[in-house]
Amino acid sequence: MADFLQQVVAGLASGSIYASLALALVLIHRATGIINFAQGEMATLSTYIAWTLTVNHGWGYWPAFVFTLGVSFLGGAAVHQTVIRPNEKGSVLRVVIVTIGLLILINGLVTWIWGGEVRAVESPFPDGTTEIAGVAITTADIGTIAVVLAIVVLLWALFQYTKLGLAMRAAAVNPAEARLVGVRVTWMLSFGWGLAAALGAVAGMLAAPSVFLDPNLMAALLIYAFAAAVLGGIDSPIGAVVGGLTLGVGLNLIGTYVDFVGADLQLPVALLVILVVLLVKPTGIFGKTEVRRV
Amino acid sequence: MSALLELDGVEARYGPVQALRGITLEVAEGEVVAVLGANGAGKTTALRAISGTVRRSGRISFGGKPLHGGPEAVARAGIAHVPEGRGTFTELSVLENLRLGAYTRRERNVRADVDRVAQWFPWIRERSGQQAGTLSGGEQQMLALARALMARPKLLLLDEPSLGLAPMIVREIFRIVGELNEREGLTVLVVEQDARIALRTAARAYVLEVGRVAVEGTSEELQENESVRRSYLGY
Repeated sequence: MADFLQQVVAGLASGSIYASLALALVLIHRATGIINFAQGEMATLSTYIAWTLTVNHGWGYWPAFVFTLGVSFLGGAAVHQTVIRPNEKGSVLRVVIVTIGLLILINGLVTWIWGGEVRAVESPFPDGTTEIAGVAITTADIGTIAVVLAIVVLLWALFQYTKLGLAMRAAAVNPAEARLVGVRVTWMLSFGWGLAAALGAVAGMLAAPSVFLDPNLMAALLIYAFAAAVLGGIDSPIGAVVGGLTLGVGLNLIGTYVDFVGADLQLPVALLVILVVLLVKPTGIFGKTEVRRV
Repeated sequence: MSALLELDGVEARYGPVQALRGITLEVAEGEVVAVLGANGAGKTTALRAISGTVRRSGRISFGGKPLHGGPEAVARAGIAHVPEGRGTFTELSVLENLRLGAYTRRERNVRADVDRVAQWFPWIRERSGQQAGTLSGGEQQMLALARALMARPKLLLLDEPSLGLAPMIVREIFRIVGELNEREGLTVLVVEQDARIALRTAARAYVLEVGRVAVEGTSEELQENESVRRSYLGY
């Protein structure tokens, strides 16, 4: 039993990383109606920036973390303004192809600047375990879950209680109407891209210590995030979080207790989740078909 | 009377289709003015030209200053536009719709304004948490109006409030618009296909035909005008 619970907590930790990247995908899908395929690579770039700050410039992990969030936010907003916005008038496919181009571009850029070798990243959390109700939990797992939860709560408060958050939601659900009440919709969309890039950076920086840093850091993680977002409902922020946690726990348990899956087949299982959800319930757990009365 | 809003030779087009062929009209402060006309006469486009949701040429001035820019800028200048087909944020709650109405205002006291607006639409109070998309058509139209009032606009643009609503609700909406004008001095430019009810509330009106002003005058004059009567009032 203790072993089982241990695996659940470990699953929650990786699940919270999936959740933050899934949340990034959902934010952009809600605002622009597209999947940002470059979300993972943007996060990789952010992670390298944080790594350089800590290793080459002697920054502490947390100052580098916060600084990288800021840089990623500005970078995400800049990507929207310069590359996405001019293409938004066209078809959805056009923007999606632009994001795939970004994926390749950023991946190449990262390899060019930092090289392809695999680098170890130090964990910001102390080694060791804490015992809670007989279950030994690593400090890193607790720390990861806590950081992601804190960020999710902050985001939720932003969207629920602030004028800026409300305006962002309005711009996402009904841009024409939002303009009529005076919301500067383009700014709001750029702000959303910034937030998404910062969320991706969180995922990358938290994931790097356990999986090592290389230019393809986020490739698999992006698949898990897709699965999480689809499972929860691609337009539902709560869905992204619940989907991420569920997927993390589920995959970890399957990997531990189902012999033939092990650690190697977790990625195909995630793809299977995407496929099954899209076939059986395309709106996901929290997705809703629009309620409207005329 | 000084004109709050002046349009001089305003034109607008959708691609190759010219919807406005040079419109000249004015609205004085504290006045309710109606724009009448058949489908496709350019009524809605006239409002869109004012709020900047359609590309326009010609001169538009508001409060003595030229009015430029897109809808965000026009909203900031103090013009609230309730578009055709209600224009509520159906996925957001009633209260969130109202909060958005006050978006351009700097004061933080949105509560007091919700109370002020709820005097006109008492049902808003109990149902502030309800999702706007689940309201009835009439309620959505009233919510759109309430949201516009939250901005404390200098000018309200109201597009076809009668569309798809029962006559009783239409009368109720025009009664409220009339009272807002009398008691709070709200200036209104209303586009309406139902000429009869619009002329009852408005002091003056313009009749559009194929993108031009065909007739203009006070409501009494128009009600007595032979061709207006036959074409738009039906008697």
